[in-house]
Amino acid sequence: MALTKLDQLYRAVILEHSQTPRRRGTLDESTTQIELRNPTCGDVIQVQLNIQDGVVKDVRFDGSGCTISLASASMMTDAIIGKPIEEALNLSKEFSQVVQGNETEDQNALGDAMMLSGVSKFPARIKCATLSWKALEKALANQGTGVDGQMRHEEITE
Amino acid sequence: MTDSFDRLKQDFPILNQVINDEPLVYLDNAATTQKPQTVLDAVETYYHTSNANVHRGVHTLAERATSQYEGSREVIRNFINAAETAEVLLTRGTTTSLNWVARSFGEVVVEAGDEILISYMEHHSNIVPWQQLAKKKQAKLVYVELTEDGQLDLDDFQNKLTDKTKIVSLTHVSNVLGVVNPIQQIADWVHEKNGYLVVDGAQAVPHMPVDVQALQADFYAFSGHKMLGPTGIGVLYGKRALLEQMEPVEFGGEMIDFVEEQDSTWKELPWKFEAGTPNIAGAIGLAVAVQYLERIGMENIAQHERELIEYVMPKLKQIKGLTIFGPEDLRFRTGVISFNIDGVHPHDVATAMDMEGVAVRAGHHCAQPLMTYLNQPATARASFYIYNTKADADKFVEAILATKEFFLNGLN
Repeated sequence: MALTKLDQLYRAVILEHSQTPRRRGTLDESTTQIELRNPTCGDVIQVQLNIQDGVVKDVRFDGSGCTISLASASMMTDAIIGKPIEEALNLSKEFSQVVQGNETEDQNALGDAMMLSGVSKFPARIKCATLSWKALEKALANQGTGVDGQMRHEEITE
Repeated sequence: MTDSFDRLKQDFPILNQVINDEPLVYLDNAATTQKPQTVLDAVETYYHTSNANVHRGVHTLAERATSQYEGSREVIRNFINAAETAEVLLTRGTTTSLNWVARSFGEVVVEAGDEILISYMEHHSNIVPWQQLAKKKQAKLVYVELTEDGQLDLDDFQNKLTDKTKIVSLTHVSNVLGVVNPIQQIADWVHEKNGYLVVDGAQAVPHMPVDVQALQADFYAFSGHKMLGPTGIGVLYGKRALLEQMEPVEFGGEMIDFVEEQDSTWKELPWKFEAGTPNIAGAIGLAVAVQYLERIGMENIAQHERELIEYVMPKLKQIKGLTIFGPEDLRFRTGVISFNIDGVHPHDVATAMDMEGVAVRAGHHCAQPLMTYLNQPATARASFYIYNTKADADKFVEAILATKEFFLNGLN
């Protein structure tokens, strides 16, 4: 049946991340917090970062969302923890390429997040996968200034 | 009856296709409906044979375009039983219609300290224009509560309807819950308090007989594309006496009488509101859509949707972990079913059902206050229409079961 195609999107690793997400919760000490919404579907994500000496020392996320957005957030935290800001931003760019079905330079660095490459075949769901990464980008761009913001749906696609 | 409805699918070319290796079952009709061949033909024929600008030209094509455009207005007038075509304004859709009322009529009647009464089941297009008006006029936007099963709380309505209430704006049918509101009864209450009743009919006109005079609505708005017509065309019905008090919202060509250097006068109703070249092809397409619906009969359409809901609801109720929103009593609802599968996000539900060829909507359905009220971030929504069949309903149920199986047991 056609649902077998769903396996391309919802691989076991993804379902596992969405059901037992890593680093879901809040940090006692954070330098940056951001909340991002996807206004069309009601998904909301909060990302907290503790940045010390230009390195992501710790990260937490919380919020409500679908399997793809929760799994992606969980995988994102795995990928960026301990990384310098520049490297984390690069990973975000690579991830954006991956979910659009494009080749990337260093796939290994993304870790489990590479499992979301199947999203490229489901264009309506790319925004779900990139929500947490877009939150991360916003937070990192502001280098610990703690910006709350709302990003529009259209902006989440690129 | 069911047999003849089963044959309607043939009139809609788009429905005859395979999506993700499965025959398409289109259940997103509350968002937009598909168009029958007759509507597609009418739009094409207009451009092939009669395209010209309306109202101004003297040549033959201009006369043809004008008479078809104005003829469409008459078809629509008759369909909703407005007293005269002057009361039938052609707009871009329900959103534009409601914005015109809020901006122009709101300007006339709402003052500081007044109240505008809406409800928690409104679409954003029947919330945000009133928010803006309330802010501008320092008026208060008041929300009517819903009952536990998602109907308008009429006791709360009567409590909140006061001498301060200038405008009441309610949906005829909820786009999320499918609930039908008792507009006629409400109109009586509103008029007793000397208020005005605006009705969002986007989810009603396509699905049931609507007689604006019998309803006593002061304004009534709806969209063409949700009733087999093209996108970009809609209607604002208004009582002549009220429309006459209103200033146009837009100014320019087509709506003026005389233009002098410093001042201008407006055309008569309905044209004083229709600035610029209108959506002529859209109006013609909508009129043909109306004629298509009239041939079937709006009572029959309402009955058909009721039969589908009565058929599918007991099957849905047997599915463990499936929550259905809205009233239990099917007499109070149309063919809209909002639902959630416990433990599966509506977005995941919609993707999985799409893999089965079943098109449903997931999200907040442009009704965020209602989602907050229901304490749900989002829901999945299936909405039936004339061309849907019991076989579609069966496929819908199967797709829900398959989706549930995939997400909840697929991991073992």
